Amino acid sequence: MALPAVPVSSEGATRILSGLLEARTGQILSESRAWRIETVLKPVLRTHGLRDIDELASRLLRSRNPGLDEDVVHALLNNESSFFRDLQIFDMIRRQILPQLREKRARERRLRIWSAGCSTGQEAYSLAIQLRNEAELWQGWRIEILATDISRAAINQARSGVFPQIDVQRGLPVADLLTWFEPAGDDWRVSPDLRRMIDFRQDNLFDSRAATGAYDLILCRNVLLYFTQERRHAVLDLLAGRSHDQSVLLLGAGETVIGQSEHFVPHPDFRGAYGRKRALAAGAGGPMRCAR
Amino acid sequence: MKNCLVVDDSKVIRKVARHILESLELSVREAVDGQDALTQCEAAAPDVVLLDWNMPVMSGMEFLQALTHTKLTARPKIIFCTTENGISHIKAAVEAGADEYVMKPFDRETLESKLAIVGVI
Repeated sequence: MALPAVPVSSEGATRILSGLLEARTGQILSESRAWRIETVLKPVLRTHGLRDIDELASRLLRSRNPGLDEDVVHALLNNESSFFRDLQIFDMIRRQILPQLREKRARERRLRIWSAGCSTGQEAYSLAIQLRNEAELWQGWRIEILATDISRAAINQARSGVFPQIDVQRGLPVADLLTWFEPAGDDWRVSPDLRRMIDFRQDNLFDSRAATGAYDLILCRNVLLYFTQERRHAVLDLLAGRSHDQSVLLLGAGETVIGQSEHFVPHPDFRGAYGRKRALAAGAGGPMRCAR
Repeated sequence: MKNCLVVDDSKVIRKVARHILESLELSVREAVDGQDALTQCEAAAPDVVLLDWNMPVMSGMEFLQALTHTKLTARPKIIFCTTENGISHIKAAVEAGADEYVMKPFDRETLESKLAIVGVI
């Protein structure tokens, strides 16, 4: 079915803006976002005193303006996120994945988690909450949570740990709100304890500098869907390079490694999760080896 | 089909909540205050109660306290849904036995996530 034409923006301006998004992030402007490009860019137009997206595109072409570039890219990214998004996934992490990792990493007592494409941080904070709610099980463990996103604005918000009321109501149980947040005017602020658990970094998934070594659990959810097939392959290659034989990879619902990567296969123990192909073919539980 | 009792003295809020809850495939009953809700719970306990705080006749908190002394076949999940957004109110509600808390204004996503947390959907 053909989509209706973009109503107000000229095709040329949309092409320029989507070109900027792809150059900076590797993401393609989805049809749903192209359709509402005028709406999502309204705050940027207002801030920079621009009339419409034609003028914005022409300004971007005319002169280099890193601040404007960054604002446009941030506006075009889908930064939608919520606490414990997809409750069943977090249930599986708590009940199945973390216990298995605890067992397999018992000798090192070190757990490394990477939230890749973390947006404004709700996913990383949800993981931190799960771990802290069962702190007695992780006594003496060294736990690292890295959370990265291409958007500087998203990372700054994540780092601040301040969320509006509407955000703390979506997916966050009230018991966790009371335990891990405090009121901050009309907003809510994550406790310093929780904030200290997470290393938030602006980072590009195609050339990650922030992620080093191998991670036990990698979440890269609702990220791949914005990439071309070729780029999905590249990202999964990078994730493979940051994983080991017992690592668990979680993608978003509707995302898959099948046909996209020779490194990952569906995990036999965890529904909807993925593990390293070589390790699972050889039988899970072998010695831990860095993948590449 | 699971059943939700919406307790609010505002007709508009009841209508909005009904619309959202029915779209989530719950059957909905309505009560205009805590006393009305208590009577309805005694007749047939719902799976979940969406409960306003400030209401005439009997408040949400008074309803919750009365409910603990009422013999029911099964205890419904209680989700407060109120403009009382201060932390002291939230704490008091949880201590009194509320399972979840929604601060008004709310939307479909919020309600859906809270119903999922209490295991109703």
